[in-house]
Amino acid sequence: MLNITDIMETITMIQEENLDIRTITMGISLLDCADSDIDASCRKIYEKITRLAGNLVAVGDEIEAKYGIPIINKRISVTPIAMLAAVSGGDPVKYAHTLEKAALAVGVNFIGGYSALVHKGFSAGDKELIESIPEALATTTRVCSSVNIGTTKSGINMDAVGMMGKVVRKAAEITADRDSIACAKLVVFCNAPEDNPFMAGAFHGVGEPDCVINVGVSGPGVVHAAIKKCPDGDLTQIADIIKRTAFKITRMGQLVGTEASEKLGVPFGIVDLSLAPTPAVGDSVAHILEEMGLEVCGTHGTTAALALLNDAVKKGGVMASSHVGGLSGAFIPVSEDAGMIAAARSGDLKIEKLEAMTAVCSVGLDMIVVPGDTTADVISAIIADEAAIGMVNSKTTAVRVIPAIGKGVGEELEFGGLLGSGPVMPVNNTKSPAKFISRGGRIPAPLQSLKN
Amino acid sequence: MKAIVSVIGKDTYGILAKVSAACAECRANIVDVTQSVLQDMFVMIMLVDISEYNCDFAELREKLESLGNEIGMKISVMHEDIFNSMHRI
Repeated sequence: MLNITDIMETITMIQEENLDIRTITMGISLLDCADSDIDASCRKIYEKITRLAGNLVAVGDEIEAKYGIPIINKRISVTPIAMLAAVSGGDPVKYAHTLEKAALAVGVNFIGGYSALVHKGFSAGDKELIESIPEALATTTRVCSSVNIGTTKSGINMDAVGMMGKVVRKAAEITADRDSIACAKLVVFCNAPEDNPFMAGAFHGVGEPDCVINVGVSGPGVVHAAIKKCPDGDLTQIADIIKRTAFKITRMGQLVGTEASEKLGVPFGIVDLSLAPTPAVGDSVAHILEEMGLEVCGTHGTTAALALLNDAVKKGGVMASSHVGGLSGAFIPVSEDAGMIAAARSGDLKIEKLEAMTAVCSVGLDMIVVPGDTTADVISAIIADEAAIGMVNSKTTAVRVIPAIGKGVGEELEFGGLLGSGPVMPVNNTKSPAKFISRGGRIPAPLQSLKN
Repeated sequence: MKAIVSVIGKDTYGILAKVSAACAECRANIVDVTQSVLQDMFVMIMLVDISEYNCDFAELREKLESLGNEIGMKISVMHEDIFNSMHRI
């Protein structure tokens, strides 16, 4: 029989330390739904999603009951819709409404893929889709959108960066009465992964199979509790503890992913090793860093502590899963992490420090509330900085900022649920990057892209 | 197929009897039991074989969990595989 200590450890992880499977995400290719008639295209999309994902929620619930581990979200990612819009033409928002309807029908809380990949330039459908993002997100609740504006291989498309500043701003303005919620569903990527199961940035890449199951695990609370048991260990010991814990967490993801893929008759893609926090007490990445010995997340030393955490999570997780992918690293979404929220409120965590932190972890400036008077140019410049970090370091970076329309530093936005709430963080608004952004063009790919 | 039943709570009489009776009703065969009492806390882990059980897994789980609520203990039922995959390579 299993060792009683091991059994109790697993039960404690789940019942007291918030271990859960954050998401089972079904990736669905919509390439075969493309039609020159937009209405026919939408019909085919609805039919395919409801056919393939009809059982997704039921299977998730069944696995949850069998293993006693909560599966928080069941979600769907689809082929970037810009590709379908390229074939059909017409108003891309129709696609958003179709995705919303399909998500509602199968009972998933988010569907990602209202996306465009424009890292080297725009093709047919891309500009129309990007311009329609604010309306698409304002008139739906479950649709998530992402735009890839740069890669290490191709450089950064600064025309797209310029557009995205305006899109983010507009999305915030037209949902100002709902705490600018549209911006919480919009991610601007550099080096976007094609198999990411996490929202809002999930889409189903063109190199993926027709349908696939990807799993995202969670577990900051488990890592925190494990480190707490070693108050006097040195950092080598801390790294070992994190590795061991990450291994165990990832095994859960592998088990659930394998089982879900068997039950749904769909190939298993990857486990995403990310430590994803929630606003719940005891589920915070910031608290892990503080447990390592920082008085508060955001102080000097935070980047080093996060680098250790991120690396150890990967080293521990990689052996526990047959295929690792997606974003795989520690997330630092400010509004979704109780410790980050507290540090931002107290002024200890600043946007400049967060930018430095994104150089050593996934993903980027995530769920950061900025003052309502932040201009589109400044948002574009924030995106450009973040994309440059991703491009040069050959890693994924992203920006999900929410301009709090009509609000300033000291006030807060409340998104509810897993999206949490965020204090408005000060941004360096006094001097303008407008000229730099308006130049447009492309920032050439860095030398490290020339690996062949 | 085997499940792990864990029972945690304040020690009192008849816990083992009540939990085993509920398992018997579902034809879940108890393969192994480990229990200990630390101060006042009772911890029991049971390995039950459910290949012949006559209700579905969710029912067994519900039944035992509600029994737990009745007798003031925390009872959880989880498939054996979750422990094997986490602790065995």
